[in-house]
Amino acid sequence: MIGIVGYGSYLPRYRIKVEDIAHQWGKDPETIKRGLLLKEKTVPGIDEDTITISVEAARNALKRAGIDPREIGAVYVGSESHPYAVKPSGTVVAEALGIVPDVHIADYEFACKAGTEAMFVSYSLVKADLMKYAMGIGSDTSQGAPGDALEFSASAGGSAFIFGKENVVAEVLETYSYATDTPDFWRREGAFYPLHGGRFTGQPAYFKHIIGAGQAILEKSGFKPSEFAYAIFHMPNGKFPLTVGKKLGFKKEQLEPGWIVPLMGNTYSGSSPTGFSATLDVSKPGELILLVSFGSGAGSDAFIFKVTERINEVRDRAEKVKDMLENNRIYLDYGQYAKFRGKIIMAE
Amino acid sequence: MPSPRYWRETPQRYRLEAAKCKQCGKISFPPRLVCLGCGNKDFDTVKLSDKGKIVTFTTICVAPTQFTEEAPYSIAIVELSDGVRFTTQVVDCTPEDLEIGKPVKIVFRKIQEEDKTGIICYGYKAVLT
Ligand SMILES: [Zn+2]
Repeated sequence: MIGIVGYGSYLPRYRIKVEDIAHQWGKDPETIKRGLLLKEKTVPGIDEDTITISVEAARNALKRAGIDPREIGAVYVGSESHPYAVKPSGTVVAEALGIVPDVHIADYEFACKAGTEAMFVSYSLVKADLMKYAMGIGSDTSQGAPGDALEFSASAGGSAFIFGKENVVAEVLETYSYATDTPDFWRREGAFYPLHGGRFTGQPAYFKHIIGAGQAILEKSGFKPSEFAYAIFHMPNGKFPLTVGKKLGFKKEQLEPGWIVPLMGNTYSGSSPTGFSATLDVSKPGELILLVSFGSGAGSDAFIFKVTERINEVRDRAEKVKDMLENNRIYLDYGQYAKFRGKIIMAE
Repeated sequence: MPSPRYWRETPQRYRLEAAKCKQCGKISFPPRLVCLGCGNKDFDTVKLSDKGKIVTFTTICVAPTQFTEEAPYSIAIVELSDGVRFTTQVVDCTPEDLEIGKPVKIVFRKIQEEDKTGIICYGYKAVLT
């Protein structure tokens, strides 16, 4: 059996409410809350970035796995906000976890699906018997330009998954990936904020790729939507995942535990992985879970997991996503938020 | 250029690695070459607990240049559950939230950036639990 032997997440404690962003730019908060189904989003502390978030998420995954970190053969960090343009995030993460030096390290990028890419490669290496354990992390401190629609959603957080063959918590039953060249969202080297193709981000990008990957993995596996306890789809806002879930034949109850975007925002590479982590937090042995990510550019990675008895042993070894979302929140006003996110031009 | 000393201190700054005296068992953090308890020079590397409590604290209102954006911030002496004490910043709270004896958890954070184009230094800080 090959699958996840440990999982963990991390969300910063800082938040900003949709109202505060809307007031800043003279927009009607109720229209935005209704349109995007968002209430608030996480904001990284001044001393947090993709690397620190990855370390905290990975520490929680290690607590649940209960393994010697030195047995992990690969560490892959997927993000679109790696702190360095040149110098890997993964080396700092692996060093902090005590995994170095006998380890393969790489950083992944593919807009919001870099996290599931890291998971897919980790799973594949374990399946190929090249290593005992491999860890895939999806984590981001996403930025949206001031006043842009993305500013309401772009948030921070991440999740880590250790793949292995012993003491599996969630077995991988099937995987499928689907990708095309689609210019829906991009950021050129050196540009601070990403740009997007407006309405172009919906139908030809998000929906086409998630439905493409979703339908293909259902067909390949032979499972029907009704056989799944839960499904998680990438969450750029509150509405898209509910719509795509419905189109694929899933009910809202199946999406509920992983649909954490109203309180979390869109954590980009950490979005669907953290929804999956929140779902594992409440799942029971024998349940089937569908996970489909989406990354602009564009592509989707799909996974089918089957939860094992082991979940009951590891679940309480680390903090759950729901607790991170609901406890210890510190609210920022727009001015504090602008300072935290480096949006204020300081004297040199 | 990053300080070579900072880089050499990675095991203690990233992983809370301490030196435990093979003779008297005293734990030194940061690690030392000679045990303060018995003068012995033989140590085992041990990883400290990530849980502790605040022994005492102070608030920095006038911060050194690279920390001005963070002011006012709190610095505390923290005692970990294995008895080791050290000084560290307590973050994700206001100075009013702190009290002697309050439980903390050690977390991994950015400590400082050399400047906008320089190396980012990471290490431990504490948060209230
Ligand atoms: Zn001694």
